[in-house]
Amino acid sequence: MPDSLAEPMLPVPYRVLKVGRETADTFTLALAAAAGDQGFSFAPGQFNMLYVFGVGEVPISISGDPDRPETLVHTVRAVGAVSRAICGLQKGDTLGVRGPYGVPWPVEAAPGYDVLVIAGGLGLAPLRPAVYHLLARRPQYGNLELIYGARTPEDMVYRQELERWRGRFDFRVHVTVDSARGDWRGNVGVVPNFIARARFDPEQTMVLICGPGVMMRFTVQELLHRGLKRENIYLSMERNMKCGLGLCGHCQLGPFFVCKDGPVFRYDLLQDWFLAREV
Amino acid sequence: METLEPILAAHPFLQGLDPRHLQSIGECATKVTFEAGRLLFRGQDEATHFYLINQGQVALEIFTARRGPIMIQSLSDGDAAGWLWFPTPYHWHYDARAIFLTRALALNVKELMQRCEQDPLLGYELMKRYAHLLAVQFRVTILQLVDMYGA
Repeated sequence: MPDSLAEPMLPVPYRVLKVGRETADTFTLALAAAAGDQGFSFAPGQFNMLYVFGVGEVPISISGDPDRPETLVHTVRAVGAVSRAICGLQKGDTLGVRGPYGVPWPVEAAPGYDVLVIAGGLGLAPLRPAVYHLLARRPQYGNLELIYGARTPEDMVYRQELERWRGRFDFRVHVTVDSARGDWRGNVGVVPNFIARARFDPEQTMVLICGPGVMMRFTVQELLHRGLKRENIYLSMERNMKCGLGLCGHCQLGPFFVCKDGPVFRYDLLQDWFLAREV
Repeated sequence: METLEPILAAHPFLQGLDPRHLQSIGECATKVTFEAGRLLFRGQDEATHFYLINQGQVALEIFTARRGPIMIQSLSDGDAAGWLWFPTPYHWHYDARAIFLTRALALNVKELMQRCEQDPLLGYELMKRYAHLLAVQFRVTILQLVDMYGA
């Protein structure tokens, strides 16, 4: 299976195999290459450009299993014209795919480390392939923990999968929401507060974070407070990506193009731009 | 007679406290257990105790007429519940309900206040811990107000 599509600017037709509803406005689509195409392999954290013919194209993280690349999985929130159109697709419909693009999570460098995966809201989507990768190679890693936060229980994505992961003896999962109705029996609180509950060796821990900017900022503060090394903290950034190749400049962040140099960045290299208000 | 000092010493809220102070606090403490669903305390009631949770999970709730109880925070092993009694008048501001079976140490507020008045060093040590809780809670509240998932 090739590492990418042959022509980087040309969308390849993919067929919708399945559409599942995650929340009121978020859907997960399983896609397969249309007849004659064999698809491509990808690394956890990479994204594709999804093209709804006649509507437009948007960058969407790949949220499926990198060990099963024959089925492309994308989780999409309906927030604009294109993402709404994607969420409206039905089984059997066709859309265009370009990719995969971007720098992935450094999971290949993580053996021997404790790994802390921290996600907020839809930020779990680009982290899910990393979790699949880590769990498939579980003996290679130290302690493995996931902290996942959402606004309310109704806003959580991959709920059944989270429950399945929580049932494992070798993976600690902390799920929290900002507020909940009285019948919720899980945690209520903000993500940075749950770092204190995670077990890790600050000297030998790799952290992968994706979520809203405010959440990531306070999460990084808490991690640094607990002795994590800046070079072991990785963030996935979101910007308005158009070409996916670092040509158009839409996604520029200081000296970086998020589509080409990211979306995954090492914190010590990004920190000046991560905290800057003007970019 | 069972002494509570080892349990108090192991609780993060009191970690590092002088044994003399632990003994003093221990004399204000009792072991309590709350079954799932039981209230630890109810908003507006007089704050007679605050709780150091050893095991279990507690929901802090605000009751609303239209939506029923809204859970604003959950607490678990190592957390303190009901510490906002500190300013007078000593009343709680919300409900606390055990989500699962919860074991805790209940500290008598009035007795503890008296001991703090008599021993300013104990009062200062406790005040430092309250200040830390307040700072953490302040940050949590800001993040909740920001509605970061909708931002």
